[in-house]
Amino acid sequence: MSNAPVDNNRRRFLTVATSVVGGVGVIGAAVPFIASWNPSERAKAAGADVEVDISKVEPGQLLRVEWRSKPVWIVRRPAETLADLAKHEDQLKDPNSEKDQQPEFARNQYRSLKEEYLVLVGICTHLGCSPQHLKGGAFAEHVQGVPEGFFCPCHGSKFDMAGRVFQSVPAPSNMVVPPYQYVDDNTIIIGSEAEGA
Amino acid sequence: MWKNLLDWIEYRIPMMRVANMHAIQYPAPKNMNFWYVFGFLATIVLVNQIVTGIWLTMSYEPSAEGAFASVEYIMRDVEFGWLLRYMHSTGASAFFIVVYLHMFRGMIYGSYQKPRELLWLFGMFIYLALMAEAFMGYVLPWGQMSYWGAQVIVSLFSAIPVIGPDLVIWIQGDYVISGATLNRFFALHVIALPLVIVILVFLHIVALHEVGSNNPDGIEVKRKKGSLTEEEKTKYAMHEYYTNKYDIIDDVVPFFPHIVLKDLIAFSVFLLGFTYVLFFNPELGGYFLEHPNFEIANPLKTPEHIFPVWYFTPFYAILKAVPDKLFGVIAMFAAIICLALLPWFDRSSVRSWRYRSGLHKVNLLVFAAVFIVLGYLGGTPQAPWKVTLSQVCTVMYFAFFALLIIYSKNEKTKPLPARITK
Amino acid sequence: MKKFILTLALLVPGLALAAGSGYHLDKANYDLTDKASLQRGAQLFVNYCLGCHQMQYQRYQRTFEDLGIPFELGQEHLQFTGEKVGDHMTNNMSSDSAAAWFGAPPPDLTLVARVRTADWVYTYLRTFYADDSRPFGVNNKVFPEVGMPHVLQELQGVQSETTEKRLVDGEMKDVYVGLKSDGTGTMSESEYDQAMLDLVNFLVYTGEPSRLESESIGRWVIVFLFILLVLVYLLKKEYWREVH
Repeated sequence: MSNAPVDNNRRRFLTVATSVVGGVGVIGAAVPFIASWNPSERAKAAGADVEVDISKVEPGQLLRVEWRSKPVWIVRRPAETLADLAKHEDQLKDPNSEKDQQPEFARNQYRSLKEEYLVLVGICTHLGCSPQHLKGGAFAEHVQGVPEGFFCPCHGSKFDMAGRVFQSVPAPSNMVVPPYQYVDDNTIIIGSEAEGA
Repeated sequence: MWKNLLDWIEYRIPMMRVANMHAIQYPAPKNMNFWYVFGFLATIVLVNQIVTGIWLTMSYEPSAEGAFASVEYIMRDVEFGWLLRYMHSTGASAFFIVVYLHMFRGMIYGSYQKPRELLWLFGMFIYLALMAEAFMGYVLPWGQMSYWGAQVIVSLFSAIPVIGPDLVIWIQGDYVISGATLNRFFALHVIALPLVIVILVFLHIVALHEVGSNNPDGIEVKRKKGSLTEEEKTKYAMHEYYTNKYDIIDDVVPFFPHIVLKDLIAFSVFLLGFTYVLFFNPELGGYFLEHPNFEIANPLKTPEHIFPVWYFTPFYAILKAVPDKLFGVIAMFAAIICLALLPWFDRSSVRSWRYRSGLHKVNLLVFAAVFIVLGYLGGTPQAPWKVTLSQVCTVMYFAFFALLIIYSKNEKTKPLPARITK
Repeated sequence: MKKFILTLALLVPGLALAAGSGYHLDKANYDLTDKASLQRGAQLFVNYCLGCHQMQYQRYQRTFEDLGIPFELGQEHLQFTGEKVGDHMTNNMSSDSAAAWFGAPPPDLTLVARVRTADWVYTYLRTFYADDSRPFGVNNKVFPEVGMPHVLQELQGVQSETTEKRLVDGEMKDVYVGLKSDGTGTMSESEYDQAMLDLVNFLVYTGEPSRLESESIGRWVIVFLFILLVLVYLLKKEYWREVH
């Protein structure tokens, strides 16, 4: 060992500088590993927008389509169903869709772009089951005076014909409305909103 | 607060004791030169292989139907998948580069000699496990070279008398290399062999730290207790595990930070080369990734030339040089066994080639050259002159060991220095 | 020891000269940064190759993005198969009927430039020549007895072998000197060569779509590593100053 004094400042500076640069390197090296967990091009291609022809959907009928491996419902609601929506609002948790569960265009009583067609992700906001569509008075068994709605068989959550959740059920919020747009009167694209909408 | 936490842990698990014993207060000879960085680099590459390997299994599909497509899926559809795959494929070749240099270091400085025989043997077992690991990994992309390479290597076992043919079918799990073979190789490649390699590396390091590092002068830095004056002993604080048993001469530095910093320089230089290949030339002219392996495995069509990847070609050349199937296989395995027996073949008491005879130096250099030439011969298309040359080289390969046995006993060596030289 | 490293350095380039092939391959001076060339190559590919050969690992969407083609334009002019822009570039030919027509199913071309090398593909595409002994009336110089018809004949015309009288071992003999087109194609020789270079460029791109991204990241990584190397070197010197 020599008698030369140890230059502690230089040593400390170099240690810190090397550690910082090395740390940047470690973070940089971690990026590809983290990024590789994002949806792959295959997943994105499979989850691309879905075009649906709705010309064959009759009043009262529910059409199921798949979008990003999730069930999406398209329901054509007759006038009386739409009229019923206003009657039970006092029994709902979030009747005005204040929670962010839908695109801006669906923040209304019908939770849809056009009143007649309801487009919903058919998954219960509680734990991910797909609720049943009960109609023709069958739903009244679960909520008195409401003839039609969605009932989740897993834990008994209830939603009305706009996907709005009823009070005192486990589901915390209204069902999700996916982004969608009309290409023409008979065709819907699920997955993206019209620009400027 | 921080001190309390450390004390709390230390009372329950020997964290600082291990760190002191094996790094901060581990005596390392101060004259270890660049040949001594390859062990560290091999460890780094091992970590790279394990981590990128884990990530690749997340998207890889181990089946004859899906394997090739899933590799292209990784290369195209997974974000940065190409980078992870190239890190793994480049790492495989880099592993062998550093391991071969690491082994040659052991040979020139006599690091296998007493008392480091077991250390050398563990190293040889790592090398064997690594070859098996690399071979099985190469099958996984299920390209033409994967398939036909596996075909050739597995067929080697058919040379074994009596049980050979049945053994081959048992290894394949089918009458040809098939999806069943791919699946078992996948299991061995991702779980079994890495586990074996990690355990062997651990034992290798335990054995190293027990006997201590060798150095380019090949003289011990740990001297008999009581043989050194205070003036001659190292001024660094070394762990009592070593100082209780030995007097440590003033030619050592602590492993941390001194040797680690040296290793980090080597690491940065290594990474420059590694990332150059990785980002600019991952195929490296067909040596790191062979061209025919970009074509999906076709059991009905053999590629024009089949070569193993470069790191197997020296042994492949020995196999091809022997005109008999069984003896070819025996010669190939003998070539590896001879390396493992080096500690017993070399009967000299002087370790480093610095203080050994000119004959020994020439013998070592010729051996290295022969190994490289064999590598070239094993990795290029067959030609008559190459057969002759590979036979000559095969004889020279074994002659290295034969000569060593003969001359090492009464070798004329130079006097060893008392202290490590600069 | 230094000699040993020198020997290593001298031997390695020698190893690279290993693989050889019969016919002389022309150098394909492709340029992956030339988007116009890649676009022309893609157009040639979908018009002349995709009918029989697939690219089952390459997606239209990725191709359009990397080549700077707007999706709508691409789908209109380049995408004749598949429905969605995210689909792979495949065709609807069944491999059974393909095998019946050509003797073997046409190989997938996604990785052809990596399997065969760009030079090989470039030469292959330009060395079809008339040969009545073959089922489609053409043969190929780098791939003798190839089962593929010359689908680009309308561009190149029909080539035939030309020979010259030359003195070989003291005798005058007909020596093969090259191929010559009959001029019935819509392109001149240099136009055709350029078109094939575009096609090869596209095939090199599809073989490894991440190539350009890789190199641009690589440059930064190498700069970073030089900085790290300098720092680590200075730090090491600082600690080793006291060791003699």
